[in-house]
Amino acid sequence: MTIAVRAESITKTFNGTQKALDQVNLSVNHGEVLVVMGPSGSGKSTLIRTFNGLEAIDAGQLEIVGIPLDTDQDERQIRRIRRRVGMVFQQFNLFPHLSILDNITLAPIRVKKVSKANAEQRAHGLLAQMGIADQAMKYPAELSGGQQQRVAIARALAMDPELMLFDEPTSALDPERVKEVLDAMRRLAADGMTMIVVTHELGFAREVADRVLFMDAGRVVELTDSTTFFTQAKEERSRRFLNQMAH
Amino acid sequence: MKWKRSRWLELALVVVVLTLVGILVNNLAVNLIRTGLGLSFEWLWQPAGFALSEHTLPYQPGDSTAWALLVSWLNSLRVIACSIVLATVLGVGAGAARRSLNPLLRQLAGLYVGLIRQIPLLLQLLFWYFVAFLGLPSQPFAPIGTLISLSNQGVGILGLNLSVEFSAVLVGLSVFTGAAIAEVVRGGLDSVPRGQWEAFRSLGINEGLGLRRVVLPQALPAILPALSSQYLNLAKNSTLAIAVGYADLYAVSDTAITQTGRAIEGFLILLLSFLALNLLINGGMQVLNRIVVHPAQRT
Ligand SMILES: Nc1ncnc2c1ncn2[C@@H]1O[C@H](COP(=O)(O)OP(=O)(O)OP(=O)(O)O)[C@@H](O)[C@H]1O
Ligand SMILES: [Mg+2]
Repeated sequence: MTIAVRAESITKTFNGTQKALDQVNLSVNHGEVLVVMGPSGSGKSTLIRTFNGLEAIDAGQLEIVGIPLDTDQDERQIRRIRRRVGMVFQQFNLFPHLSILDNITLAPIRVKKVSKANAEQRAHGLLAQMGIADQAMKYPAELSGGQQQRVAIARALAMDPELMLFDEPTSALDPERVKEVLDAMRRLAADGMTMIVVTHELGFAREVADRVLFMDAGRVVELTDSTTFFTQAKEERSRRFLNQMAH
Repeated sequence: MKWKRSRWLELALVVVVLTLVGILVNNLAVNLIRTGLGLSFEWLWQPAGFALSEHTLPYQPGDSTAWALLVSWLNSLRVIACSIVLATVLGVGAGAARRSLNPLLRQLAGLYVGLIRQIPLLLQLLFWYFVAFLGLPSQPFAPIGTLISLSNQGVGILGLNLSVEFSAVLVGLSVFTGAAIAEVVRGGLDSVPRGQWEAFRSLGINEGLGLRRVVLPQALPAILPALSSQYLNLAKNSTLAIAVGYADLYAVSDTAITQTGRAIEGFLILLLSFLALNLLINGGMQVLNRIVVHPAQRT
């Protein structure tokens, strides 16, 4: 098994004092689904944002899909990683002035130099896979939140990533729209995609995650297989969090 | 029909302005009659009697003053149009550079904007004319291949010959307005949510492409109105060309007024000419707005 993410005592400090990541160690295998949980401000977003260079680490070592990501970030190196790592945001971040189709084909055509015809064919396939085949010619504002997030997933998948990062992909959605996005993610996991998912969806975590990473105050509190995490979490802090979430 | 309060305010304002204009015109007429001058535009058809240092249409001193004014209006138009293009290129470049990932580019652009905005435009025009362009050697030299040839007699670009005066006004207006446009562009870029930058970066799209295809199109609704007011400023500022002896509309009108003593008529013509110019710029910007701003983004 090859390694998708290898992090060795990575540290990230904001404004000189705020330790968002404190000596985090983690290794994620290809084909694995890792769910990241923890209270607000514990560093979950910061962690996965270092994995595609949106945040630079201050210390430690990071290797993503085999490419080292040093503390002094080299733009070309970061782009090599980003071409192979997809990211899905809480706020979708679709390009509002581009059609759904153009949102999805922009990067494949301009970054991977895929022909327009091939990129569009692939985009239609991905939209079908996401259950929104008929939305290609619309603009983002014409879609529901759940549909927009599925377009965002399709947009990331269009680059054929080896690793997908999700930062609370359902937190901005109406409750009745959460399921359609989670279902799309379930199918993705079943297809063998390597996924790191920050989420508060316990059901999804229990069902789909291979392992759960629980963070607090920038530190790894617990990193264990999901069955163990949900039935007999070792740490008091994790158990308390699970208890709160269940109510 | 119910009118909003703002409508009434607008109406009141129009009435006040019209009254003031009426009083002014009345005063003017009374004064003109008293001094026995009377409004007359006959002088426009008399020979101008002065030479123009440059003209795009054929012109000689024996031609009418009206023709001299038209030719000088074209001179203004020419330098304004060229400056708008150059200032936009400079401004968009510098504005984008201020949000570049490259710290050197960021600092250079910051320095440019900071420095240029500290110095009065008149001083800058004088600098470009007397120091930069007149300071060039009298023998033409070509700094970059055969593309450009420079001397204190004029500037040659791709076979096109530009006078030193035109070049100084062009560069002065462009550099000055470019700095203001850079601020407009930077503000526009900042108005686009951070998530948009993060989204294109996460897809492996580079900064240049992301700027062009993702951020700028969304920044345009914020940029264009401020941009057109910068263009109007540029047009108004072009009257400072008189300081370096460029034969623009203002400089030539000034000469004509001095020669004929027809100040009121002269200023009226100036006023109308600039009004026409501004309408031209405004119209152009509205067309641009319709072309480049996506329907979904129009407010
Ligand atoms: N750009 C930033 N500037 C300053 N501080 C930041 C920045 N981003 C994050 N932080 C701080 O770093 C810490 C970790 O933030 P992070 O967003 O990673 O937490 P999180 O676990 O994702 O929280 P949430 O569940 O609320 O999304 C917090 O204390 C936060 O205030
Ligand atoms: Mg977060």
